[in-house]
Amino acid sequence: MNSWINFLVDSLAFGAVFMYGSTGEILTEKAGHLNLGIPGIMCMGGAGGCLVLNMIGGSSLPPFLIVILGILGSLAFSVLGGLIYSFLTVTFRANQNVTGLTLTTFGVGLSKVIMTKLDTVVYLVRTRDYFRWPFAGRQDSLQLWGVLFFLAIIVAIASSWVLFRTKTGLHLRAVGENPATADAVGINVTRYKYAATCIGSGIAGLGGFYYIIDYMASQEAYLSVEAWGWLSIALVIFALWRPHMTIIGSTVFGILFSLGSFITNSSWIKVTMATIPLLKMLPYVVTILVLIVSSIRNKRENQPPASLGLSYFREER
Amino acid sequence: MEKQLALQMKGITKRFGPVMANNRVNLDVYRGEILAILGENGCGKTTLMNMIAGIYYPDEGHILIDGQEVAINSPKDAFEHGIGMIHQHFKLVDLFTAAENIVLGVEEGKRYNLKEVSARVGEIAQRYGFQLDPDRKIYDMSVSEKQTVEILKVLYRGADILILDEPTAVLTPQEITKLFAVLRRMREDGKSIIIITHKLNEVMEVSDRVAILRRGEHIATVNTSETNENELTYMMVGRRVSLNIDRTMPVNAVPRLVVRGLNLYNAEGVHVLKNISFDANGGEILGIAGIAGSGQRELLEAISGLQPLESGTIQFNNPKKDRPVTFFHKSLKRVKELCAEGAFHDRNMNDVSFEGLSNGAIRKWVESGDVLFREDEVINLRDKTPLEIRQLGVHLSFVPEDRLGMGLVGNMDITDNMMLRNYRKGPHGFLDRKKPRAQAEKIIEELEVATPGVSTPVRRLSGGNVQKVLVGREIAYTPKVLMAAYPVRGLDIGSSYTIYHLLNRQKENGVAVIFVGEDLDVLLELSDRIMVINGGAITGIVDARKATKEEIGLLMTKTGAREAVNEA
Amino acid sequence: MNGTGRKDRREPLIHLSKRDIISPWKAWGIRGIAMFLGLVVCGIAAFLLIEKLQQNPGKIGDFYYTFIRGSFSTSRKLWKFLKNTAILLCISLALTPAFRMRFWNTGGEGQTLVGVLASIAVAFYFGGKIPEWLLLILMLAAALMAGAVWGVIPALFKAKWGTNETLFTLMMNYVATYLVSYFLVVWVPNGSSSLGKLKFGKLPQIYNEHLLIILIVLLLTGGLFVYLNYTKHGYEISVVGESVRTAKYIGINERKVIIRTMILSGALCGLAGYLIAAGADQTVTTNSAGGQGFTGILVAWLGKFNPLMMILTSALIQLLNQGAGQISQDFSVNNSLPNVIVGIVLFFIIGSEFFIHYEIHFRGSGEKKAKGGRLK
Repeated sequence: MNSWINFLVDSLAFGAVFMYGSTGEILTEKAGHLNLGIPGIMCMGGAGGCLVLNMIGGSSLPPFLIVILGILGSLAFSVLGGLIYSFLTVTFRANQNVTGLTLTTFGVGLSKVIMTKLDTVVYLVRTRDYFRWPFAGRQDSLQLWGVLFFLAIIVAIASSWVLFRTKTGLHLRAVGENPATADAVGINVTRYKYAATCIGSGIAGLGGFYYIIDYMASQEAYLSVEAWGWLSIALVIFALWRPHMTIIGSTVFGILFSLGSFITNSSWIKVTMATIPLLKMLPYVVTILVLIVSSIRNKRENQPPASLGLSYFREER
Repeated sequence: MEKQLALQMKGITKRFGPVMANNRVNLDVYRGEILAILGENGCGKTTLMNMIAGIYYPDEGHILIDGQEVAINSPKDAFEHGIGMIHQHFKLVDLFTAAENIVLGVEEGKRYNLKEVSARVGEIAQRYGFQLDPDRKIYDMSVSEKQTVEILKVLYRGADILILDEPTAVLTPQEITKLFAVLRRMREDGKSIIIITHKLNEVMEVSDRVAILRRGEHIATVNTSETNENELTYMMVGRRVSLNIDRTMPVNAVPRLVVRGLNLYNAEGVHVLKNISFDANGGEILGIAGIAGSGQRELLEAISGLQPLESGTIQFNNPKKDRPVTFFHKSLKRVKELCAEGAFHDRNMNDVSFEGLSNGAIRKWVESGDVLFREDEVINLRDKTPLEIRQLGVHLSFVPEDRLGMGLVGNMDITDNMMLRNYRKGPHGFLDRKKPRAQAEKIIEELEVATPGVSTPVRRLSGGNVQKVLVGREIAYTPKVLMAAYPVRGLDIGSSYTIYHLLNRQKENGVAVIFVGEDLDVLLELSDRIMVINGGAITGIVDARKATKEEIGLLMTKTGAREAVNEA
Repeated sequence: MNGTGRKDRREPLIHLSKRDIISPWKAWGIRGIAMFLGLVVCGIAAFLLIEKLQQNPGKIGDFYYTFIRGSFSTSRKLWKFLKNTAILLCISLALTPAFRMRFWNTGGEGQTLVGVLASIAVAFYFGGKIPEWLLLILMLAAALMAGAVWGVIPALFKAKWGTNETLFTLMMNYVATYLVSYFLVVWVPNGSSSLGKLKFGKLPQIYNEHLLIILIVLLLTGGLFVYLNYTKHGYEISVVGESVRTAKYIGINERKVIIRTMILSGALCGLAGYLIAAGADQTVTTNSAGGQGFTGILVAWLGKFNPLMMILTSALIQLLNQGAGQISQDFSVNNSLPNVIVGIVLFFIIGSEFFIHYEIHFRGSGEKKAKGGRLK
C-alpha cells in the first residue's frame, strides 16, 4: 500500500479513540454536565476490558464471545465511573469540575494498578486478532480497522441521529438547555442526566479499550490513554457538540498526531528529533484556535448547552 | 346552577426553612369558571399553585381532584390529572421551535413527527383564536408570542385545569383584552381557569370568583359580582390603604438631562433605540411607559454609559452659573482641570488661577466659597463609561430592573454592597469598610430594612428589603439624576409606598427622576410627565395629570409616526 | 366529598430542601464523618487490590497506621511532608484569585510547568557564568514571567470574546508539556531526554533545605488572604466573580480585572514552579508539576477559596498522598495506588458537601413543627 494511504488509514484508526471519547462527552454535556472525568473513565474502560480478557483470553471460548465479553467488561468499568460521577453531580449536586478531576485521578490510578497485574500474553497477544476482524493479519495499517473501529463510526452517527432526530434526543437537549423547563413538562431530569452520563461514559470507556487492545496493542499503551481523554474533551468543541462531526475532527487530530512519526519515517523530508514534540503540540494548538474562532463567531446554535456546569434543584428559590 | 367541583385543596401547608409560605389553605375550583387568586407579592399565591402543578410538594394537607385524593409529585403527575400551569417566567427552551417546545415531554407512543404536531397545534390555536407559527424559534419571539406557546403547550396536553401566573404583567392593554377573550372561550369549553394576579381591575373584569390570600393564609373566597375593589383591597392588605400617592407640583423644573437623537443597536444588531429625544427636568418625575422590552432597559443603560451608542447626544446640565465650586461632587483633580480651562471666577469676576498653589491652599480657597463657576456646566455624557461619568462629577443614580444581578451582589453583605459605588475612595489600595458600614446602618434604620444585621448577605433578604437597600444606596449617593427601572416590581404594598415616597422626596430636592413603570395606574399617579415608547421609539410624551390609561395604552402599541417623520 | 387519608397516597420517600445556614461545627462534623467513611471504603478497596493484605488480613491495622507513618515517622518524612504541602498550597493559592473571579483556571499544571522550565532555562544557560544570587533572582523573574504569560493568554481571549477558559487553560497544559519535551531534546542531545540535576541555581538553606520554601509559602498565604479580603483589587475580583453585569454597572472594567488577576494567578503558579526548580528538583521533566495543578483545584475548592482554610486542606491531601505512597512501598504495590486511595476519600468529602447544603426529610417526618417565624 502506498505509504500516504497507509498513513491516512492509520490516522483514521487512531481517530476512533477520540470518536468514542468525544461522542461520550457530548452526550454527557448535552445533559448539562461537563465531565472532566472522561480521561479517568477511558482508563477505567480500558482496564476493565483488559481485566476480563485476562480472565478469558486463555480459554477456549469462541472469538466473538471473547470480543463481546471484553466489550462488556469495558462497559462495566466505565459505566461504574459514570455512576460515581452522576451520583455525586446529579443526586448530590456537587461541583462538576472538582468531581470530574477527582474521578480522573481515581480512574487513572485504578487502571494502572489493574494493568500492572495483568499478563500481556493472555489479554493482548492472543485476543488482538479477534478484535481486528475482518482485516486481522494484514501487513498494512488496514489491519487496524477492526470491530471496534467500525463500532466507533456507528456509535457516532447513531448518537447524532438520536440527539437530533428522535424525541428522546429532544428531551435530552431540553434537559441540558433548560432543566427547569424540562422538569415542568414532566421530563424526568434526573433520569435523563443519569442515562446520558452513564451511556456517555460507557462509550468513552470503549475508546480506552480500543486504544489498548487494538490500535496500539502494546503493553505500555494504557499509559497514554489519559492524554487521549483530554484531547477528546477538546474535540467536543471542535465538533461543535455534534457527534457525527467527531468523525471528521478525530481524523484531523489523528493526522496531526501521527504526522511527526510519519514524516521522520519518510526519507525525503529531513526532520530533527526536536520537531516531534512540536508536531505533537499541534492538535492542542488547533483546538485552542477552534475554541477561539467559535467564540468569536458566537453563533447561537454552536454554543455549549446553556445549563452546562450548573446543578439543578427543583425547589431552588 | 349546579356547578361541578374540579379541584379541592384542604389544609395545605408549605414551609421554606423558617418561612411559612402557605398555612392551612383551603380552596375549591369548579368546572367552567375563572377563579382569580388575589394577593400581594410574597403572599404565597405562586407557591400554592406550584403545589398543584407538581413543582413543590406540600408539607401538610390534601389535594382532591374530582373528589379523589391525589398526590402530585411531579409536573408529570399534574398533567396526568389534567392540570397545566403557565408560569410567570416562561419555561421554554429558547433554542427550540414552538412546536418542539409544545411536544416536549408529551408521551403519545407515536413516532416523533413534528409536522403532525404543527398541524395539531394549528387546530387548537384556531379553536381558541390564537395566532402562531409553530416553526419559529423561541428566541425570535415577543413576550406575548411566548405566552401563546405556553398556553398552547398546556392545551396540547389536554389540560382542563389551567393555572396562569400573573399572565398580564408583560402584556399591553390590547393584548390583555385578547387574552381575556381566549380565557372566556376556554371557560365556555368547560375548562377551569385559575389566574394569579395582584391587579384588582383585572380580577373584576375577568373572574367569576376571587380567592384572597394574605401572608400565606386563605382569607376568603367571594363571588366577583358581589364585591368591589375596596373590599378586595382591604382583604388583601388587611388594612385600609389610600391608593393615592402624594404628588406635588414641580418647582422650578429646568432641563437637567437633555437627550437628542439616540440610536442604539444591540449585540445582535437589532435597532433597539430609534431617534430618542427628550428632556428630563430637575424637580420632576418623568414616567416611562411601554410594553416590557420596548427599549426601556437599553435607554437607561445608554444614559448611564453601559451601551455603546450609534448616534445622538446625552447632555447633563448643571445650573452652576455664579455659584460656588464645592468638592461635594468633584475631586480636587477635576477642580484643577476645570480651573485650567478657565471655568471659574472669583467674587470680583476675575479669573481664578491655582498656579503655584499647594493642594492644601487650593482646598482652602475653594472651601471658602469664593471660587465661582463662570457658566452653567454642560457635560456631554456620550461615550463615557460609568467611571468617567462619575469622575466628571455627575452624580447619576440608577436603580436597575435586575436588582440582585446588576444593582447588588447577592452573596455580599449589606456593608459590602454599600461600598459598590464608592469603594475606590481613599488614596491607597486597601478598602475602608467603616463609612460603608455606618451608611448601611443608617439605611437599615431609616428605611426599616428587616435584616438580622449589616453582615447579612442581601440574597437572604426579602424582595422589598433588597430594594430598600438598593434604592437607599443610590439615594445616599446624592444624585442629580435618579433613574429607576420597575422599582416596585415584586414588592408588597407597604414597601411600594416607601419607594414612591423616596422618589417623591428626591423630586422635591430638585433631582431629575426617571421612573420606568409597568402599572399604568401608578405611573399616572406618581409622574409629572409620561413618555411612552414602543419598539425603541417614542410614541408620545403626555402630561400625567391629564392623560388617561386608554390614551397611554394606545400609544404603547402605536408604531411611531414620529419615527417615520424623523427618519425621512 | 370524602377522600382524606386514603391509602394509595404516594408521598415522595425522600424530600430535599436547601439549608439556610449551618453551624461551622456541624459542617466540620459532617466532613469528618465523610472522611471516616472514605477511609473505611479505602480499607475495603485496599483489601481487594493488595495481595499482602489478602494473605494476612490482620495487617489492616498496619494499613491505617501507615498513613500516619508516611508523614510523621521520621523527621525527614515530616520535613518532606511540610515542604510538599507548602508547594501544593502555593499552587492552590495561585489558583484562588482566579476561582474567586469564577475564572475556572484548570491550567495551574501548565503555568507551574513553564515556571519550572523558565527557571531551569536560566540556570542552564547562565549557571556558573554569573553570581549565584543574581542567577536566583533571574530564575525567579523568568519563572514569574513565564507563568504570567501562560495565564494571561487565555485571559485575553476570555476578556475579549468570552472564550471558554476551562477548556483553554486545560489545553495550555499540554502545550506546556510538549514545550518541555522540545527543550529536553534540544538540551540533551544524546537522546535520553533526561536533563539531570543542575549544579547551579539552588535556593540557600535556612536550618535545612525545606524551611525557606515553607516560610515563603506561609508569607504568601497571609499576603493573599489580605489581598483578597481587604484590598480594592480583592473586592473587584469578588464583584466580577459574582456578577459581570454588576461590575459593569459600577464602572469596573471587568476585562482589566480578568487580565490583571490572571497575570497574578499565572505568576504565582510560576513562583511555585520556581520553588520546585530552585528549591527542590533543580531539573525539569514533563512531570515536574506532578499533577499538582489539578490537585490544587481540589485543595482550593475544599478550602472554600479561603487561603487560611487551604492550609488545612492542602495538608490533608498531602497527608493522604504521602501515606498512600508509604503504603504502596510497604505493601509492595503499584505506585499509582495513592491516586486510588486519595480519589476514594475525596469522593466522600465531595459528597459530604451535599449534606452541608441540603436537608433531607424522610417520609413521615414532615409533621414536625416549623421553627422560627417568617422572614419579612
